[in-house]
Amino acid sequence: MTDTAPYIVVGAGQAGHWAVRTLREEGYDGPLVLIGDEQHPPYERPPLSKQVMDGDATPESCYLTTADKLAELGVEFIPGRGVETLDRDRRLVALDDGTVRHYHRLMITTGTRPRPLDVPGAEAAPLHYLRTIEDSLAIRAHFAPGRHVAIIGGGLIGLEAAATAIKAGCRVSVIEAADRLMARVVGTEASAHFATLHRSHGVDIIFSAMATEIESGDKACRISLSTGTQLEADVIVAGIGVVANAEFAARAGLKTDNGVWVDEYGRSEDPHIFAAGDVTCHHNPYLDRRVRLETWQNAQNQAIAAAKTMAGTPTAANDVPWGWSDQFDARLQILGVPERWDRMVRRDGANETAFSLFYLDGDQLTAVNAINTPMDIAVARRLMGRRMAVDAERLADTSVALRDLLKG
Amino acid sequence: MNNDPLTWHRVADKSEILEDEPIAVKVGDKHIGLYLLDGEIYAMDNVCSHEFAILTDGFMEGKCIECPIHQAQFDIRTGKAMSAPAEVDIATYPVKLEGGDVLVGLRDE
Repeated sequence: MTDTAPYIVVGAGQAGHWAVRTLREEGYDGPLVLIGDEQHPPYERPPLSKQVMDGDATPESCYLTTADKLAELGVEFIPGRGVETLDRDRRLVALDDGTVRHYHRLMITTGTRPRPLDVPGAEAAPLHYLRTIEDSLAIRAHFAPGRHVAIIGGGLIGLEAAATAIKAGCRVSVIEAADRLMARVVGTEASAHFATLHRSHGVDIIFSAMATEIESGDKACRISLSTGTQLEADVIVAGIGVVANAEFAARAGLKTDNGVWVDEYGRSEDPHIFAAGDVTCHHNPYLDRRVRLETWQNAQNQAIAAAKTMAGTPTAANDVPWGWSDQFDARLQILGVPERWDRMVRRDGANETAFSLFYLDGDQLTAVNAINTPMDIAVARRLMGRRMAVDAERLADTSVALRDLLKG
Repeated sequence: MNNDPLTWHRVADKSEILEDEPIAVKVGDKHIGLYLLDGEIYAMDNVCSHEFAILTDGFMEGKCIECPIHQAQFDIRTGKAMSAPAEVDIATYPVKLEGGDVLVGLRDE
């Protein structure tokens, strides 16, 4: 039975899409099953906090594929179902409707879910999280001129939602527990730049504050903060991080600690099980540590590499971590994380709202925060990928073309 | 390749196109990128087939142009989509030089 058992991909998001697509491209032509707990075909999430939430784009524009195209690829697509049990000895998964499916090889691409806000009154409150198309549309329905939106969490999700709410004419407050914005992903300079940017658009940012309680009335709610003050709002959007959907894997005895552990080839410790995307915790050679990346790039590239491995050609996904965020007219692009650095160099861009911040550890670039300077990111990604020694003076000198640094 | 007649459009002076520095031109509504590679000039559709983005705003390295938004790569000589997320190849156009003028051949539609 296991000789003809299918390859099963659990998790039909962006990583799941690239997994099935790559398996077919690599020549795997046996039975292939894609299981996802949403009703949509695989789709990309970045537009959900931007153009879908502000109505400029339809949910369908996020789709990576369709049920028909999956059928053409010979993929048995099972939407609207979650996996409850993984039995590694018998090589099967049991779904939440009781169906049991055997696998020859399994890829886990179940992603993450929003971390819930655990304060008294949260359940009764007009509180929204953002992960799915439905979440985005539900939040959008609350945005109207004059409505007061409270956003808990000053990370990328919260800030993109804030910019979208301002665009819709809402009054916006952002409540951030740390003393700066996007503290997990950018340096202090970029945090300050975006605080100024948001405030210039009327966003009220409250730092070093956490929600402690929410009281809900007929029309509005009141949020008590750890600072001792209170905030009234019509609707609350919480973007306070995510949790890997790895519990079923942990119950099956797979190593999970901040996600399913895989090597650079996407392999778990079980030779029949692979994983990719948001759900994984893997070693990244540029951060030089294990990490659970939450990026579009990782969902795509790690899934492609893991699928190649699964199909028989071990392939490593060793990208320089890269992400982006669009807030108002600023496109922030991030390479690496500013964790190890002894010098930061600023390079001016075409105008005041464009510049790049390079973080150096000796002569090695370890992170870049770039605002409206896409070419700097294209060059820096290559400098970091090739581990080239970089001269700080030339980085700052705009009379030197940045790409000249690639010549060594 | 079909045999519809080509109309040649002058789009640039060859001195405008430098190695690794492609330029964007338009013929009517059509966005076209012009590239200088190994001494030859190539013309290719300038809109990424993945999502709207102007390819010549991206990074040219060797024979590929990388889309500035999501890093899809295309082969400048053939228009072939070389990497995710691009799945659809893009059109290339014949180029001829008349003195310093760069002309691109488009089929009449």
